[in-house]
Amino acid sequence: MTQTGVVVGALVRRALNEILRVPGAAIPGVLAPTIFMIGLSAVFGEAAQLRGFEADSFREFIVPVGMLQGAAFTGAATGVNLARDIEQGWFDRLLVCPAPRVALLLGLIGSAALRALLPMTFLLLVAFAMGVDWPGVDTVLLGAVLVMALAATIASYAIVVALRFRTQAAAPLMQVAGFVAVLFTTAYAPKALMADWLETVATINPVTLVLEGVRQGFVGDVTWADTWPALVAVSGLVTVFGLLAMRGMRRVGV
Amino acid sequence: MTRATLALAQRALRLNLRRPQFLAPMLVFPSLLLAINTGGLERTTQLPGFPEVNGFLDFQLAAAMVQALLLGGVTSGIATALEIEGGFFDRLVASPIPRGAIVVGRLLAAGVLGALVVTWFLTVGLVFGATIEGGVGGVLVVYAIGVLAGVGFGAIGVLLALRARNASTVQGIFPIVFVILFLSSAFFPADLLHAPADWVAAYNPLSYIADGIRAPIIDGISATPVLRGVAAAAGVVVVFGGLSIVALRGRLGAG
Repeated sequence: MTQTGVVVGALVRRALNEILRVPGAAIPGVLAPTIFMIGLSAVFGEAAQLRGFEADSFREFIVPVGMLQGAAFTGAATGVNLARDIEQGWFDRLLVCPAPRVALLLGLIGSAALRALLPMTFLLLVAFAMGVDWPGVDTVLLGAVLVMALAATIASYAIVVALRFRTQAAAPLMQVAGFVAVLFTTAYAPKALMADWLETVATINPVTLVLEGVRQGFVGDVTWADTWPALVAVSGLVTVFGLLAMRGMRRVGV
Repeated sequence: MTRATLALAQRALRLNLRRPQFLAPMLVFPSLLLAINTGGLERTTQLPGFPEVNGFLDFQLAAAMVQALLLGGVTSGIATALEIEGGFFDRLVASPIPRGAIVVGRLLAAGVLGALVVTWFLTVGLVFGATIEGGVGGVLVVYAIGVLAGVGFGAIGVLLALRARNASTVQGIFPIVFVILFLSSAFFPADLLHAPADWVAAYNPLSYIADGIRAPIIDGISATPVLRGVAAAAGVVVVFGGLSIVALRGRLGAG
């Protein structure tokens, strides 16, 4: 177990080192959620004037969406990096080393969860500088937990895709899932203001619960009634996609 | 010149079709964003100051087209950069063809991709209930501005590729595409934008291109937005097409 922990730690450190060694690759993923937050609130800001809109400003409503987008980008990037390692042969060397497959997977997923805190922190700093009210420590901590768990979910999915296609050319397939999962929710408006078809999709989509969990401190107060569904939803997502990734990891190279 | 240009344009298009990872993001991401914007913000047409439209989908079609055309420009840039990285560009330079055909062929392909983008979004719009107020004439205007803008954005991509010489740098401008787009009236009426988008949009050529494409869809053919749209798209073609040729000469000189 200790040796497994050492392998996981080494893989996490390697992934985190990449941020410093190849900042050019990390910068777009860090900047993009903030750009979306600023852009969407400047463009669609007037939507907050609609009757039935829950938030005081569209920016406060959209900040949690940016946090989850950061998680989605980071998760997808983990899959793209794995595909690159497969293409360059580095992953094959990992497979022949005497480390259990679960350690390799946990290293990848753990690095995604930690790296997701980077775009989230940058986004929040910019949002607070632009006048978004401080939502409280409980909101930020809960947000961090949910963001890390969603990043782990998307990373697991991206790992499944990377192991299946074994090429960076599959990157759009990895990215589109997070894009859809985060935005086909109550991202832009409360359910009452949505088109019927999107309301239905948002209701079915478990990420809506995660988003509402992150959003609650920004729009109103943090309540257990909004917190537990978010935790259950994200736990379910991590479990399902983590198991799929583990299945893929066990099958590769066999 | 013409034969070489056509051959290179055909090759560029064939490669785009063979590599769905190039074409897919150009159509899939704007289509998804179109669905999300339309489904999530359809009630915004009730806001005071929003122009008279049949639905938010009609209004958003132009935004989706401009977004896809910009991504098409990035795609053209990445393809050119990959040819430079892979050595094909050097072989082209060494071959007995006019140098200008290298850039013009790529831009011709970008124009065809522009027509593909317009066709895709007009079809999606009509399938999901949009109406083209300008009729057949309006559709032709949308094609004209869309193809011109496609060539112009392709020229921006080629210029970046010739200057940067690597695909990852060109790919890195992806977020900037959204910055430029958000700072325009592509997604929402200019009068309803918040700072800083409101005042930047007034000077952003994308606003005029989007409004030029949008006018025939939501309002019929009216001279002012259409002429401004054509002028803005043609301006992008002339400025960035010219700069691409200059960059090509600079690269040949350096080589």
